[in-house]
Amino acid sequence: MSEYRYKMPDVGEGIVEAEIVEWHVKEGDSVAEDQHVLDVMTDKATVEIPCAVNGKVTKLVGAPGDVIAVGTEIMFIAVDGAVPAEDEAPADEAKPAEPAKPAAPKAAEPVAAAEAPSIASRSGGERPLASPAVRKRALEADIDLANVPGTGPAGRITHDDLDDFIKSGGRLVARSGSGSSSVRAPRTGVTEEKVIGLRRRISDNMSHAQRTIPDIAYVEEIDVTALEELRAHLNATKSDDQAKLTFIPFLVMALTKALPKTPQANAHFDGEAMLLTKYDAVHCGVAAATPNGLMVPVIKHAESLDIWQIAAELRRLAGAAKDGKATKDELTGSTITITSLGAIGGLVTTPILNAPETAIIGVNKMQTLPRYNAEGVVVPRKLMNLSSCFDHRIVDGYEAAMLIQAVKGYLENPATLFM
Amino acid sequence: MQTRSCQVLIVGGGPGGYPAAIRAGQLGLDTIIVDKHGLGGTCLNRGCIPSKAMIHAATKYEDMAKHADSDVLGISLAEAPKLDMGKLVGWKDGIVSKLTGGVGQLIKAAGAEHIAGWAEFSNAKTCVVTQEDGEKVEITAENVILATGSVEVELPFLPFGETVIGSTDALDLSELPEKLVVVGAGYIGLELGIAFRKLGSEVTFIEASEGILPLYDKEITRPITMWLKKHKVDVNLSCKAKGVTEKNGKTILEYEDAKGAAQSIEADKILVAVGRKACLDGWGLDKMGLDLDGGKFIKVDNQCRTGMRGVFAIGDVVGEPLLAHKATAQGEMVAEIIAGHRRVHDPVSIAAVCFTEPEVVGVGLTPDEAKAKGEEIITGKFPLAASGRYLSMEAGTDGGFVRVTARKDDHVILGIHAVGTHVSELSGEFALAVEMGARLDDIAGTIHVHPTLTEGFAEAALTALGHPIHISAPKK
Repeated sequence: MSEYRYKMPDVGEGIVEAEIVEWHVKEGDSVAEDQHVLDVMTDKATVEIPCAVNGKVTKLVGAPGDVIAVGTEIMFIAVDGAVPAEDEAPADEAKPAEPAKPAAPKAAEPVAAAEAPSIASRSGGERPLASPAVRKRALEADIDLANVPGTGPAGRITHDDLDDFIKSGGRLVARSGSGSSSVRAPRTGVTEEKVIGLRRRISDNMSHAQRTIPDIAYVEEIDVTALEELRAHLNATKSDDQAKLTFIPFLVMALTKALPKTPQANAHFDGEAMLLTKYDAVHCGVAAATPNGLMVPVIKHAESLDIWQIAAELRRLAGAAKDGKATKDELTGSTITITSLGAIGGLVTTPILNAPETAIIGVNKMQTLPRYNAEGVVVPRKLMNLSSCFDHRIVDGYEAAMLIQAVKGYLENPATLFM
Repeated sequence: MQTRSCQVLIVGGGPGGYPAAIRAGQLGLDTIIVDKHGLGGTCLNRGCIPSKAMIHAATKYEDMAKHADSDVLGISLAEAPKLDMGKLVGWKDGIVSKLTGGVGQLIKAAGAEHIAGWAEFSNAKTCVVTQEDGEKVEITAENVILATGSVEVELPFLPFGETVIGSTDALDLSELPEKLVVVGAGYIGLELGIAFRKLGSEVTFIEASEGILPLYDKEITRPITMWLKKHKVDVNLSCKAKGVTEKNGKTILEYEDAKGAAQSIEADKILVAVGRKACLDGWGLDKMGLDLDGGKFIKVDNQCRTGMRGVFAIGDVVGEPLLAHKATAQGEMVAEIIAGHRRVHDPVSIAAVCFTEPEVVGVGLTPDEAKAKGEEIITGKFPLAASGRYLSMEAGTDGGFVRVTARKDDHVILGIHAVGTHVSELSGEFALAVEMGARLDDIAGTIHVHPTLTEGFAEAALTALGHPIHISAPKK
C-alpha cells in the first residue's frame, strides 16, 4: 500500500488557481484511473478532472466554493503497490499543506437546526407533547402542533416554540396543510445556497462592471418589417444544410458594418492602466442561457463571415455551450456582446457591460404596432427595440447614438447589409 | 302555551349541563337550562357527592368503632358508636341541597335561566317543557346542548323494587341492611359495598368477571382485595346472578358460580351495580334525527357536535368515560364553541378515581396498556408504607403505593396509578403531569412538600429513574 497525492492540476494557460465546484467522490470511495472525480471552475469554463490512479480515496482537501492554488494536494488515494515515482509522497513528510484559503469569504455555516436530541425522535402520527395552554393557543391560531418543532425536554412544544413557529410564518403553512381546499397555499420555505462556480464568477463580474463602469443606456426603435420579409424569404429558400436565420445574425452583420466608424465601441478598456484597446476584428459574444448558467460563446471574426456562416457558427456555439462542451477559447475573447431576451418579451433592458468591453447590445421583443407611413396613414409595422449600454468613459452619448443609428439604418434597409 | 326562544337550550342540569349554562351565561348567550330532577344531576343528587358523604360517614363510624374495641393510639371510647341511618341520610341530604341550591345561584348569577321541568323535543331545535305545575312552555333554540346523562342499568331478571335496589336507593336507606349482596364489583358496587361494610352490614359481592375493578390491573386492586378479605367480605368472582326468589319471608339471590353450579344467598338488600347507560328515552330523541354510537350513546365529534348543526351532546349521554369531570369539560367547551371560540375536547387522559378502601386513582396508561400500544416502558413503584405521612395517618399497612409508567427512551410519563388512603387527592398532580407532558425528571425535579403523600409521586419517579431516596434502589 502506498499513498498517491493528487494535486490541483494546471487546467489552462496562466491559471494559478481554480475553484472547486463539486467533488464526485467522497472519502472512502474507490476510484479508478480516468474516473471523473472533480469539477473545477476556471475563468468561465467548468473543467472535469479525471483521477490518475486506481485506489481508494483517503482524504479530500477543499470543499465546493474553495479556491485552490494549482499544485495544492487535494486528494489522497491509497493505492496498491507503488505509485509513480514523481508522485510518491516523501515518507517523512508531515501532513500536507493547508489548501489556499478561499478567495472569497466562506458562506456562513448554516445554523444547526437544534441540538441533537438525546432521545429517539417520535414516530409520525404520535400526539405532539404540549401543555393544554399551548394546545389551546395552537388551536386558536389554526396550527397543527404536529408541524411545530418542540425544543423542550423530549421534544415538548413550548410557548416559545409556538411563538417562533408563528413568527416564521408557520401559521400559514399549518393552515394550508390542515386540509384547506385552497390551492393558493402560501410558500414559506427558505433555501440558502452557497454561490459558487459559474454563478460566483458571474456575480464577481457583474459587481465589478457595475461598480467601476459609468455606463450610458440608449434605446432605439427599429422597424424590422423589411428585414422580417427578407428573413422569411431566406429561411423559406435556404438549403437544408443551412442554419435557420434568426434576427441575431442580421444584427451581428449590421454591427460588423457599423463598428468600424465607432471603433471605441468594439474595444477593451483597462481603467487602471488607462489603456483602450480597439479591435479591427469583431469577435461578437452572444449571451446564452444554458442549463449550467449564463454563458457567452463568441463568434470570432464575425466580419469575415456571411449571414449563413454567422448563423451556423451561432448555432454550433450555442449547442456547445448548452452541452457544456464549449472550449475556453470559444467562451473568451469577445470584443462586443449581444444579449437577447427578445424571444421572451420585454420592451427595454439595461444590460450590464461584459467588461472590459465597452458596448453591449440588447435585443427586445418584436411586435406589430401602428405607425404613420410617409403619407400620414397608419399602417402596421414590425418594430423592435435595441437597448444598448456603453462604457461612458470611452463612448460618448453622441458616438453611441451614431453607432445605433447606423445599425438601425442597416437593419431597416436590409439590402445594405449585403453591399 | 307560552312560547320562548333562546340562543342556547341545555337539557339536563348535571355536571355537564350546569357548567355549560354558567359558561354560556358568562359569555353573554341567552341561555335556558331545563332540568326536572334537581340541578346537579346524578353527580350531586344520586352519585358522586352523596356517595362520598356516605363513605366519609362510614369511615368515621368504623374508626370510632375501633376505638370502642381498643385504645388504639391511646384513645378509647366508653361505648360503641351508635348509627342512626335516618339521620345520616338526612346529613347527606343537607349537603346535597346546599350544593344544588348553590348551582342554582351560580346559574342565575351567570345570567342563565333555569326552568324546572321535563323537556320533550318535537324537532332538533324545539321542545316543550312541562313544568311542575303542569304549565307547558315551548322553547325554540338556535343551539341545543343535550346533557341528559345516564341511568343505572337494571337487570331484567333483577327488577328494582323493595329489596333489589340500585345505587340511588342505596344512598337513601332508612335502615342499615344486615345482609347486603352487591351484584357487580365495579367502582360503584365496591364503593357502596365497602361503605356498608364499614357501617356494619355483612356484605357479599357477586361479580361476573374474573376480578374486581375490571379496568385496573391486579397490582392496583390487590390492596382492595386485601381489605375485603380482612373485613370478611365475600367476593364471588366469575359468578352470574340469575334471579331473586322469596323463601320463608327471606329474599334469596340465585346465582351461578364459577363452575356453573347453581348457588343462592340470603339478602336483606340486593344492590345491583352493573353499570350505567345513557339516558336516551323519554325526551324525544327520536324526533331529533341524531346518529347514535352503537345504539347506546349519542354520536358526537371532538367538539361534541352531533350530526345536526347546532345540536351538541355532552357527558354520559355521549359515552365513556362516564365521569362528571369529563362532562364538565365538555360543557364548558361547547358553550365556548357556541360563542364562537375554537375549542376541541382533546385531553391526553381523563383521570379516574375510586373511593374504595383504600382509594384508587388512575391517569393515563397502565404498564400493560402502554406495552399493548407498543411502548417500551420503565416503571417506578413507591410503597406508601415508606412515607412518614402515610404512617402518621394510620395507613401504613394497607398496601398502598404510587406507580408511574414512563416511556423508556424519553422518560415522558404515560400513566400514573396509585392506591391508598386519600390518594384520590393526588389525582390533580397526576393529571397535570400527564397533561403537561411531564417527564420523570420533571417530577423528580419538583420539590414535593414534606410531609405529604405527594412525596410518594416524586419517589415513584425517582424509583423509575433508578435512584429513590426512601426505599432501596431497584436492581438493574
